[in-house]
Amino acid sequence: MTGLSARGARGAGQVADALRWVPRTFGLALLAFVIFGPLANLVLWAFAEKWYVPHVLPLQYGFEFWGRVFAPRGGALVSLGNSVTIAVLTVIAALALAVPAGYALARLRLPLRGLVLVVFLIPQAFPNLPVYVNIARVFYEIGLNGTMTGVVLVHVTHSSVYAVWIATAAFAAVDPELEQAARTVGASALRAFVDVTLPLALPGLAAAGIFVFLESLDEFTGSYFVGAPDVMTLPLLLYTAGAGGNYQIASITALLLMIPSILFMLCVERFLRADVLARVGR
Amino acid sequence: MSDPAFLQIRDLTVGYGGNRVLDALSLEVCEGEFVALLGASGCGKTTLLRTIAGFADPSEGEVVLAGSDITRRPPDRRGMALVFQSYALWPHMTVAQTIGYGLKLRRVAKPEIARRVAEMQALLGLEGLQERKPAQLSGGQRQRVALGRALAIEPQVLLLDEPLSNLDARVRLTLRHEIRALQSRLGITAVHVTHDREEAMVMADRIVLIDRGRIAQAGTPDRVYNHPASAFVAAFMGAENVLELRGTVTGQDVHLAAGAANAPAAVPVHGRNLTSGRFEARFRSEAAVLLPADAAPVDGALDLVGVVRTVSYPGGLWRHLVVIGDRDIHVDAAVAHPPGTPVTVRVPSSALFLFDAAPTASPPPSSP
Repeated sequence: MTGLSARGARGAGQVADALRWVPRTFGLALLAFVIFGPLANLVLWAFAEKWYVPHVLPLQYGFEFWGRVFAPRGGALVSLGNSVTIAVLTVIAALALAVPAGYALARLRLPLRGLVLVVFLIPQAFPNLPVYVNIARVFYEIGLNGTMTGVVLVHVTHSSVYAVWIATAAFAAVDPELEQAARTVGASALRAFVDVTLPLALPGLAAAGIFVFLESLDEFTGSYFVGAPDVMTLPLLLYTAGAGGNYQIASITALLLMIPSILFMLCVERFLRADVLARVGR
Repeated sequence: MSDPAFLQIRDLTVGYGGNRVLDALSLEVCEGEFVALLGASGCGKTTLLRTIAGFADPSEGEVVLAGSDITRRPPDRRGMALVFQSYALWPHMTVAQTIGYGLKLRRVAKPEIARRVAEMQALLGLEGLQERKPAQLSGGQRQRVALGRALAIEPQVLLLDEPLSNLDARVRLTLRHEIRALQSRLGITAVHVTHDREEAMVMADRIVLIDRGRIAQAGTPDRVYNHPASAFVAAFMGAENVLELRGTVTGQDVHLAAGAANAPAAVPVHGRNLTSGRFEARFRSEAAVLLPADAAPVDGALDLVGVVRTVSYPGGLWRHLVVIGDRDIHVDAAVAHPPGTPVTVRVPSSALFLFDAAPTASPPPSSP
């Protein structure tokens, strides 16, 4: 009797266990679909040459549109070149700002430290559109509209918050006593910074650089108002293709844009230490 | 004592946000001397060391090294080297790079750096570890590397900020003697900060006891231990048994009046500045002797009457808790006296520290 009821209870337990997995499996499947569904669609469109309703899958695959994107008249290579050049220049300018600013914010007891950190957030705090329309107006008057410099400036404003905040966290993660140890055996303040603080903060600064690079690569609104049509970037090309209903070209451009994002994820895992991330925004 | 002093600190005042950490503190250190700054945490000893090193700005006073005023000189141009409690080793540099760093800054030729680093490794017992990074070293090895980095530049003054307090007890004992031996062998002037009384006693030529930003007493370990200048120093140096006595000072003697728990006694003044009235008496638990309750009185000792309450054995001597009047005191003895035994506690006059009782008796912090 007791044995039977125990077995019954065990059987019920197994069923309950199995049932508990049902919502979990369902949830995971939904999550996978949400993430990979659009990606799969993107890949299909990049290689589809004939695809119309009511067919679930493309009727014909091929590289015809890849050829068109990479043809000289497609503008993809010029845009890619522009995008990368702008991104590299933006990284250099943003780090030139973020290294001294981040070091000062991490080390010195500035009275308005919190306020200064928030100031860098302001470009993000207002709606992009009115900000960039006004920047474009100002840039037009001083002749920066339609120039590479103008676009770089807009991207630096946009991404400085990430660069400064991450750099501040990276420098704050370096124990000041390590620097003092260098000072006490004869290193000047600058020498101690170059020999000790900078190498130790480098992973965090690299992450800041990568972040800024991707932000710049991805930026649309500012590039559109300040750069187009003289300075074409990949997102602008994507927009033109998408607006023209050419899903193949839009998908291929989108795939090109994804490559740096994936590289970024790998780099973050490699470079960014958890203790640096924990200090962001402090 | 050579004259004038090698390192002079004159009327040094340091404060953080209205809070005075050091209060017009003056101190002189001779060349080749090992001075220990001893005190409870927060007494200002580390601030004093960091001010000497150049990492804290004094609002008043000056630091003079070998005749030149270095008060406003940056830390890298003071000819001193600081060893940190946290070791402060650079995670990205090897042992050899770390020890040789100061020499590299001084543009010493590479073969010479290699030679000096090897010499320093041999001196500190770090042979064969030159390619290791700090993460691959034990605590004791790390502090030796930090010491090597400081000693390699042959500093005029070696500053040690609690360098041993993060180490295991056994490593700490070895390193204590090693540091002391190295210092006397190299003839370096050293200032060592510690909160460990025993460490200060065995390492230093001179102990400077600091209390609330001022020097409570400075002197040889023997002097500070056996002739504490104040009740605070006596308590910090381990004389934690406290009694209140009354007496009168006549010439070179103090006549202690009989109290509820003590017989009258006459003890020498020992050069103390005492005024008749109430005294605070302090003595160490191992300095007193436990005798049977009917022991005959002797000259030059204070007899206290009490009852043993508890007895424990921490090793070596038996530790008794004896109730004397309304006070509990500790007395160590070679033989255990069971609880409830009436006893006489005899304190020899040389071990009895008398001070004028403070108007409002607030017991000073006991030593850690």
